[in-house]
Amino acid sequence: MSLIIADKTFNSRLFLGTGKFSSNKIMEEAVLASGTELVTVALKRVDLKKENDDLLKHLKHPSINILPNTSGVRTAEEAVFAAQLAREALETNWLKLEIHPDPKYLMPDPFETLKAAEKLVKLGFVVLPYIHADPVLAKSLEDAGVAAVMPLGSPIGSNKGLKAKDFISIIIEQSNVPVVVDAGIGAPSHAAEALEMGADAVLVNTSVAVASDPVSAAKAYKMAVIAGRLAFEAGLTRESDTAEPSSPLTKFLSEE
Amino acid sequence: MFLDVLEKYDWNKIKQDIYSKTEKDVLLALNKPKRDLEDFKTLVSPAAFPYLEQMAKLSNKLTQKRFGKIIQLFIPLYLSNYCVNECVYCGFNCHNDIERIILDEEQILNEVEAIKSYGFEHILLVTGEAPSIAGMEYFERVIKLIKPYFALISMEVQPLEASEYIKLKKLGLNTVYIYQETYNKESYKKFHGKTKKSDFAYRLHTPDRLGKAEMHRIGIASLLGLEDWRTDAFFTALHLKYLEKKYWKSKCSISFPRLRPHKGSFKPEFSISDAELVQLITAYRIFDEEVELSISVRESRKFRDNVVKLGITSMSAGSKTKPGAYALNYNALEQFEVFDDRTPSEVVDMIKSKGYEPVWKDWGYYMQL
Repeated sequence: MSLIIADKTFNSRLFLGTGKFSSNKIMEEAVLASGTELVTVALKRVDLKKENDDLLKHLKHPSINILPNTSGVRTAEEAVFAAQLAREALETNWLKLEIHPDPKYLMPDPFETLKAAEKLVKLGFVVLPYIHADPVLAKSLEDAGVAAVMPLGSPIGSNKGLKAKDFISIIIEQSNVPVVVDAGIGAPSHAAEALEMGADAVLVNTSVAVASDPVSAAKAYKMAVIAGRLAFEAGLTRESDTAEPSSPLTKFLSEE
Repeated sequence: MFLDVLEKYDWNKIKQDIYSKTEKDVLLALNKPKRDLEDFKTLVSPAAFPYLEQMAKLSNKLTQKRFGKIIQLFIPLYLSNYCVNECVYCGFNCHNDIERIILDEEQILNEVEAIKSYGFEHILLVTGEAPSIAGMEYFERVIKLIKPYFALISMEVQPLEASEYIKLKKLGLNTVYIYQETYNKESYKKFHGKTKKSDFAYRLHTPDRLGKAEMHRIGIASLLGLEDWRTDAFFTALHLKYLEKKYWKSKCSISFPRLRPHKGSFKPEFSISDAELVQLITAYRIFDEEVELSISVRESRKFRDNVVKLGITSMSAGSKTKPGAYALNYNALEQFEVFDDRTPSEVVDMIKSKGYEPVWKDWGYYMQL
């Protein structure tokens, strides 16, 4: 089953980031090998004035949709300003909303993110906010009209996997919009795990970009995401925490 | 303010700590998931020197994880070489009898045109300290003038007030570099005599004022050559941690200004070898995985080529260290002799050949209001 976010249908549940690659050419090869249909691009990295920005040039493929992100801004006001310029220059109203006043760990600011999301939805943007795995915030953003929520698995760039698993599963359980696990995914097994849990998609960057062979890493993620989703749809039963007692506790009910 | 923190430490005691670290301390520091200031002492100590290759590998891995395989590029634009200070280690020393100039609007635009033709989007404005000639009024004018041409504007000039930084930030300033030169108060006095720069505390508190102004990025450093580099590095690292914790909205950057030949006769008493500078660079990275590490053209081609993979995340290229040198070819006084004199495109080719992507642009005026 394909994934629908706002007006778009995605066959691939793998989204990719475009930073950190050793060259734009390798980035392009990895993107194509991954089968992704949505890649995020940092507004700070592209030249919005230039027609032939080198990074964007490498992403001009019919199957690839661009998701500009506001990484670097510290306030809602800056995010809204950058978003409006991006919409004009890149001709897309899709936006990955990232507001992190903390430049060290790039932790998303919940207050400013909610404020910006409310404003951007009103301005007609398809907003995908990057957030902590905070179920209440996820619901508030849903109420504000975002198209999906993107909780972090663990700190960005950490490759630590789903450290926020318990909270992500609450978000998945409660959400009426797609849930995309973003940040911290460091191995295809982490991606598969997120999809098995019922996440609608994952966004991966560092782990692919910094691999010694980014193209093979992209392929591995492609397969892991497919496998994880299949497992979810197949309704695999999870191993149970407790052993089944050999004589059931309710056996007496069927006894004569 | 940072002086309160600094005064809790005794220079000689710290130096002694560093020099008495052992192999056991090194192995412990290298195998921890996160390192503290005590580990940093170990990493810059003579005991860690035999572990240079291991430190380099770790630094390479940590840098790629956080920053990816990229190197950011910037170029300095020297605006004025007027200076009221008499730092013996600097070419701009007011006693050096050479041609002094300050660029006017037209000259700046000529320089900008040349710089833009190389491809730069990140620019660093530099002046000596001469507030009556190159002061706030001049800085405001220059930033307004060049803002349309650059994605990121940095500056390395005399220390300013927090309110002045706020003003300049609103006009588009992103980063301020301010080097303490040395954290040893007595040595600092010795090198800066009775000049305007002699106020140790005022200079030391400049990053505090920048933090209060919520400047996006604050660059600090100690000059390599004025004092024992290991001890100065400890205090720089202490300053870094203090800033990161207190002014959590500002990004920090560390530079490695190793003294270069210049007009004047100063011979550094404390030297640092290439291998030791590699130790210092990798020690910072292992200590702080997120900090930006920047290297200038003070270093040789060979050294710069090889530190691309060792933890450096930002580099200048094609730099000239005197005002009017890009387009106007003025024969004015330079601040120091450039060691790597390759053109920007030669540096770009070198970075690519290392399997890294040169990044010209990592900011935009639309990212900061």
